[in-house]
Amino acid sequence: MKARVHIMLKNGVLDPQGEAVRHALSTLGFDGITGVRQGKVIELDLADTDAENAARTVSDMCEKLLANTVIESYSVEIS
Amino acid sequence: MRAGVIVFPGSNCDRDLAVAFRRAGADVTMIWHKESSLPPLDVVGIPGGFSFGDYLRCGAIAAQSPICKAVVDHAKNGGYVIGICNGFQVLTETGLLPGALMRNAGLKFICKTVDLTVGTPDSSFTAGYSAGQKLQFPIAHHEGNYVADADLVARLNDQDRIAFRYCENPNGSSGDIAGVFSANKRVMGLMPHPERVVDTAHGSTDGAQMFASLLPVSAFA
Repeated sequence: MKARVHIMLKNGVLDPQGEAVRHALSTLGFDGITGVRQGKVIELDLADTDAENAARTVSDMCEKLLANTVIESYSVEIS
Repeated sequence: MRAGVIVFPGSNCDRDLAVAFRRAGADVTMIWHKESSLPPLDVVGIPGGFSFGDYLRCGAIAAQSPICKAVVDHAKNGGYVIGICNGFQVLTETGLLPGALMRNAGLKFICKTVDLTVGTPDSSFTAGYSAGQKLQFPIAHHEGNYVADADLVARLNDQDRIAFRYCENPNGSSGDIAGVFSANKRVMGLMPHPERVVDTAHGSTDGAQMFASLLPVSAFA
């Protein structure tokens, strides 16, 4: 079973990297970009075969380590 | 004062911090991150550097190391903890200090000496300074942008928990905050490096007073 964790800065937290990417894109001539936010994706291979249980465990991992919930939000996909 | 300096793989200010403590008269023990308990100590120092290569987030892996559980217990039992630069990042990741440290607003690593003002002399770390006193400490960081929402900044102000403020904000930190205290003011984290200004050969001794004023503290008082 695989888990994919998406981690993004929370709304309202300024993302300086996203801003820099937006500037670089407009320099390349890509117009009309009103915002860029950059996050990260973490893929986990799990021995667990129960999707619900796996989702719970991965959420726990996010709370404890994978995300800093002061500034980041996360979502978990199990497949 | 018995001081311990935690050493992680990637710490690089650990020996400087030990020198600063010793100059102030402390007995210093270096403690490897795999230890799961602390010897009897009054102050724990978490040094600057790049613990665990800054993987995942600065300080995130270090905050989960065995020794950090012991540091959290030490703080919860009223012990003193100072975290400098990466040490400050570790302390926010453990939850001992509020807020978080993000990439500098200008996206550049900044290495220079900056002007700070003392937020409050009402702590064992800053008792040797006066309120509003101007100091010069070096900064050297890429992730020093202290993020706190308006409520947290207001609470830190109201509770007199801002240790140092930047005179000219170099990195986008909320409220110009360079260093903060825990609610009991026994845990302090700051991005600037006081241990790099404790000897006339450093060009300044502005940081020496911080270590000297810690000398009388006891974790059990």
